[in-house]
Amino acid sequence: MSRIEACSEIHVLSPPLPAGLRRGSASRALSGAKSVRWKPGIAASCRHTEVFASGGEATGAAMALALARDALHVDAEDQRPWLWVQDKAALRLSGRPYRPGLPKHLRHRLIHVAATTPEDALFALEEGLRCRDLAFVIGEIAGNPRALDFTASRRLSLAAEKHGTALWLVRLDARSDLGSARMRWRAAAAASPPPRWNPLAPGQPTWRAELFRAHTFQPGHWTLRDDGNALVASPPTASGAPDHGDLVRGSGARSLAAG
Amino acid sequence: MAIWCADLALDRWRLAEGCAAGQGTDAAPLALIAETAHGPRIAAVNAAGAEHGVRTGTMLADARTLCPALAVRPDDPAGDLAFLEHLALWAQRWGPWSALDPPDGLIVDTTGAAHLFGGEAALLADARAQLRRRGLMARAAIAPTAGAAWALAHYGPDGAVLEGEAMLERLGSLPIAALRLDDDVLLLLRRLGLKRIDDIVGIGREALARRFRTRRAPAANPLVRLDQLLGRVPEPLLPVIGHEQPMVQRRLMEPIRHRPLLDRVLADLAEDMARALEARGEGARRLELAAWKVDGEVLVRRLEMASATRDPAHVCRLFAARLDDLDAGFGIEFVRLIAPWTEPLALAQAELDAAAERHGTSLAACIDRLTVRLGAGAVRRPLPRASHLPERAQRWTPPLAPQPGLQEDFAFHERPLKLLDRPEPIAVIYEAPDGLPRLFRWRGGVHEIARAEGPERIAPEWWRERSTVRLRDYYRIEDSAGRRYWIYRHGLAGDGRGGAPEWFLQGFCA
Repeated sequence: MSRIEACSEIHVLSPPLPAGLRRGSASRALSGAKSVRWKPGIAASCRHTEVFASGGEATGAAMALALARDALHVDAEDQRPWLWVQDKAALRLSGRPYRPGLPKHLRHRLIHVAATTPEDALFALEEGLRCRDLAFVIGEIAGNPRALDFTASRRLSLAAEKHGTALWLVRLDARSDLGSARMRWRAAAAASPPPRWNPLAPGQPTWRAELFRAHTFQPGHWTLRDDGNALVASPPTASGAPDHGDLVRGSGARSLAAG
Repeated sequence: MAIWCADLALDRWRLAEGCAAGQGTDAAPLALIAETAHGPRIAAVNAAGAEHGVRTGTMLADARTLCPALAVRPDDPAGDLAFLEHLALWAQRWGPWSALDPPDGLIVDTTGAAHLFGGEAALLADARAQLRRRGLMARAAIAPTAGAAWALAHYGPDGAVLEGEAMLERLGSLPIAALRLDDDVLLLLRRLGLKRIDDIVGIGREALARRFRTRRAPAANPLVRLDQLLGRVPEPLLPVIGHEQPMVQRRLMEPIRHRPLLDRVLADLAEDMARALEARGEGARRLELAAWKVDGEVLVRRLEMASATRDPAHVCRLFAARLDDLDAGFGIEFVRLIAPWTEPLALAQAELDAAAERHGTSLAACIDRLTVRLGAGAVRRPLPRASHLPERAQRWTPPLAPQPGLQEDFAFHERPLKLLDRPEPIAVIYEAPDGLPRLFRWRGGVHEIARAEGPERIAPEWWRERSTVRLRDYYRIEDSAGRRYWIYRHGLAGDGRGGAPEWFLQGFCA
């Protein structure tokens, strides 16, 4: 079954698709590749990902950042800047990026775009995707604005694939209507594992993630956790195990007693 | 050579009015006034006014009692200074460089240039004739040092030329004001009974050095000024250097009224500008497009680039967004493109194949496009700032501005990923009084606090804020659904700075 056809079942009022799109997506939907299950660190050729999340929390942006770091291995070597585009509604709903809270390797490379309207945000996203000097682009758009229809989404996909810059688009408080993203996630916050040294404190960021539409991967549920160095996935039911990550992180292979 | 335009403000006013000295409006008493804190004060007065006893520096009300028919116009010191700058550039016809001597003088270095005009006297005569042709009443003098030339131009005989030897004999009889001293020093010297330069020379260096030992500035120390006058110590001057803005323009045969034609003209201008900039090895940071309409109105569109560029296609694309609201009226007949701000930009190797198109735009071009459409304030980069307050701890700067040297951030405080622009108040239900709340209500939803870390107390910055600002106790919390927030209590119960403390939600943790 083609992915696009499945989408059009949900959204009945959508205009009929051009024949070229249907043919292209059907030819790429290989039945063998579909059986691969997504896991952190797997090489994905996907350049356009959407993350649906609730507006009153940082889950969507945090998970998009974690996915970006996981997919691109963007850490110390790559010194290219990256773009974070927000429209006004997203800014009001979920705030502005805060430099001291960003991952250490990314915070000095951020370029932030505060767009007024969704149209301006889409323009900024597309210009960012066309730029060869950007590592990746993160967009945050609230709701289902009229400007972000299937055509706009397809434009973003094509620009990302043509220029090789990856886009993670966070949709705050949005219905998952028609879109051309290769991977679509639904994210929600999950209880974090208790830290070893202060079990009463919030622990490492954890999210309940559902990959509900993907081009090459099987859909599924995960509990994702960002342990500071990498993205860790566990089955959705696992919970409550104490987190010993603090002890191991940073000490490397040597014994703690060796000093 | 020193040039003193004795009546610069009045001469400029006459040139603007188009009347000769003593003719037309200038025949009646007239004064230029400056607005001061105590009322209008006379800044310059013409000959007819001076005959009635009006003096520069008096209050207008006093002058009106002497001469009730006195007409007034506002003066323009900034315009005078700008005029003087242009005059200094123009005066470089007599020497390789010139310096300003505000408010109404010029110093031109004519060393080794006088023979081109047939000697120093001929040079001086030429300068006076040229200045008179420009409508300026000016006095000029030539001397071996800038100080001596200034003294002769202001207080000596008109058109004086001073040779190298026996300077003190010629200059000794000039008044003490010829030393370019401040008013308070002049007053002091006058009270001491020193009226001429000879008087100071006769006193002896030791006494002068001891009396003015605390005065470092040359304008406050007569001994330094005397040495500069006689050439015993050097006197550095700041030369005026003309900076030519790259400018290209097109005069159109027929007035154009349609956008495609204007785009064509703009593309031609951008290519001309690229050639002009390439010849100078520069790129433009700011461009100004001015279009003259048939009815004489000028439409100006400005553009500022994130980094120096001279790529015509990029410039055209950026201007295209700015020309949409252009009202051509009856047509545009003249278009000019200026680059007021340029930066060095070396010639670069052009792309050998069509790879440039495939590889997308450069970062500077991307920033330019975003800035032109969204405004300069929309595209920014965060930088840390030395402050304890979370919302003050980052500032936003232009994205391609050079980053200053940064201190390492503190690593022992967990900070949220995102911050609200304004902290939003939350309604809380306490578990124990003055402790952490058990429940809070925010944006219509109820959140039950499952785990918390804190408090992290951040005191107000007393060196910056008022003493009544309350402290904040920050908690990093996770609610029962796993959502992580950063909330704070504003103040303490009984801290004497307001009522019961309020709670706010400020940030979202990852």
